[in-house]
Amino acid sequence: MTPSGTAPRRELMKGNEAICLGAIAAGCRFYYGYPITPQNDIPEYMSAHLGALGGTFLQAESEVATINFILGTSASGKRVMTSSSGPGISLMQEGLSYMAGSELPAVIVNISRSGPGLGGIAPSQGDYFQAVKCGGHGGYKMPVLAPHSVQEMYALTMLAFDLADKYRNPAMILGDAIVGQMKEPFVPIPYVPSVALEKPWALTGCAGRPRQHVKSLYLKDNAIEVHNWKLHRKYERMKAEEVRAEHYRMDGARIAIVAFGTAARVSKTAIQWARRDGIPAGMLRPITLFPFPAAAVDRVARDADAVLVIEMNTGQMVEDVRASTSHHDKIRFLGKPCAMPTPEEIHGEIMNLAREIGLAGVPAR
Amino acid sequence: MTTDNTERFTKRVFGRPASLVDVRSHFCPGCHHGIAHRILAETIDHFGVREKAVGVACVGCSVFLYDYIDVDVAEAPHGRAPAVATGVKRAQPDRFVFTYQGDGDLAAIGTSEIIHAANRGENITVLFINNTTYGMTGGQMAPTTMLGQKTSTSPYGREFKNDGYPIRMAELLATLEGTAYSARVATSTPGQIRKAKEAVKKAFEMQIREMGFSIVEFLSTCPTNWGMKPVDAQKRVLGEMSEYFPLGVYKERKQADFV
Repeated sequence: MTPSGTAPRRELMKGNEAICLGAIAAGCRFYYGYPITPQNDIPEYMSAHLGALGGTFLQAESEVATINFILGTSASGKRVMTSSSGPGISLMQEGLSYMAGSELPAVIVNISRSGPGLGGIAPSQGDYFQAVKCGGHGGYKMPVLAPHSVQEMYALTMLAFDLADKYRNPAMILGDAIVGQMKEPFVPIPYVPSVALEKPWALTGCAGRPRQHVKSLYLKDNAIEVHNWKLHRKYERMKAEEVRAEHYRMDGARIAIVAFGTAARVSKTAIQWARRDGIPAGMLRPITLFPFPAAAVDRVARDADAVLVIEMNTGQMVEDVRASTSHHDKIRFLGKPCAMPTPEEIHGEIMNLAREIGLAGVPAR
Repeated sequence: MTTDNTERFTKRVFGRPASLVDVRSHFCPGCHHGIAHRILAETIDHFGVREKAVGVACVGCSVFLYDYIDVDVAEAPHGRAPAVATGVKRAQPDRFVFTYQGDGDLAAIGTSEIIHAANRGENITVLFINNTTYGMTGGQMAPTTMLGQKTSTSPYGREFKNDGYPIRMAELLATLEGTAYSARVATSTPGQIRKAKEAVKKAFEMQIREMGFSIVEFLSTCPTNWGMKPVDAQKRVLGEMSEYFPLGVYKERKQADFV
């Protein structure tokens, strides 16, 4: 960590470890988890470092128990985090639904793996639907952040804690094996809270105040309907205030890629190659998958000649892209369910599109 | 002229515990939840921990714990109360943390969470209400349902070849090193109620002295779902239930020998 009072220096670290540093910088002192590949660097780092910071690391008997440890510590008013991967995140969906219903903040990291079932440990973005559409019962939402660099693994983790507290709601980091395992330099910028850190709703014992509760059961009259409308307004507020996206080389772009996370990172290389050859390609990169940058997608689809959606799955976010715009005829999709698309593949697809839309100077195949 | 000498000549020996909220409960006539709630409230008062207590309610008839016990309460998903309590206790080791769970909650869907909380020696206290059925959902078969007992999902009576045997949780949890105290009590006679209160006091003490995990299992009635009059339900507890689920203290740690 950087000594206080000096400019933060660059660190060389894995993405998964940068998540830990971001969490610790944001004041998270409680981490619970259960082993699963490819995110084990996170519990291993936390088990080695939280104790010295006066924090608590506890390995649970299952992800079902993990998310309920999280629920209890969150209800106690503390910042708390867990991490897992697809199958483990599935086991947490019950608890996530309860936490959304009970309005409890926490940060959940999904370093996702590929395929349904046990699947494989190859990088994948197959958990997009589960993350953004509501993986558990009852129709809740949570902010979902998609880092595409080690720097963002660090910074978006800090942001996730603020969003969780701002909305009293779980927030998710959706990464994958590539962005979790890759090492690159990043700058551990200091954490500056954007939300009040007091939690008067926390269950700390009722000394000097009436007893209070954390719950999601509402049986009387139409209390559950009132509660659901309240939650709905919260999700609408997220849509109004929390959309984040990067516009990369979009100046004059006639071919616009829409991609997130690792797929976006690789796309940047392909875009650089295309631009070097005079092909006006760019990218709209959603940083928040929920709330989805629908208005930005619509503008990009209106202005570009082609929109190329790239995902490490067989087509999930592309549905949200289609739902964001009426320019469906411009939308193309390149997907790989269980592997990272290569820059060559993406560049090839850009060149195909350039020919298709009749860009001058593109050699015929 | 009359003078109210009540204060002068009488001594208050019995009243509503301060931690028991003065509202009408939703429990059925003859149900023992009310007795267990009262014992819980009296013991909270006895140790003076009301203002530092955090309760965890489970799913079932006892979910409304927060309407009746005047402490902070978190609601856990079905069976997960020991995990939620773990999260509370780890975050706030100086608070008094308890769960209140039924037998469907603790002995079926929540077996993993209760066993591992006990095995970790989690410094929490568990009140476990065993009435051999799922009360709130309408009297279905529980893991504690007696052989031959007719329920809405064992209409011909529980049969071991199909459903296995009723599970004895107090004995099972007593085998774990992390368990500091495990006892089974009943509340069908005044004497039993006194003993039950002593057991709950012991369980509280274990947590206050940081001795580890403590649990008190209550053999309890559910006249509504048993299809019995309250008096007959008491007889069932004193008879076949106490025979299969013997009352007693199964583990009592004398000192914190694990630290």
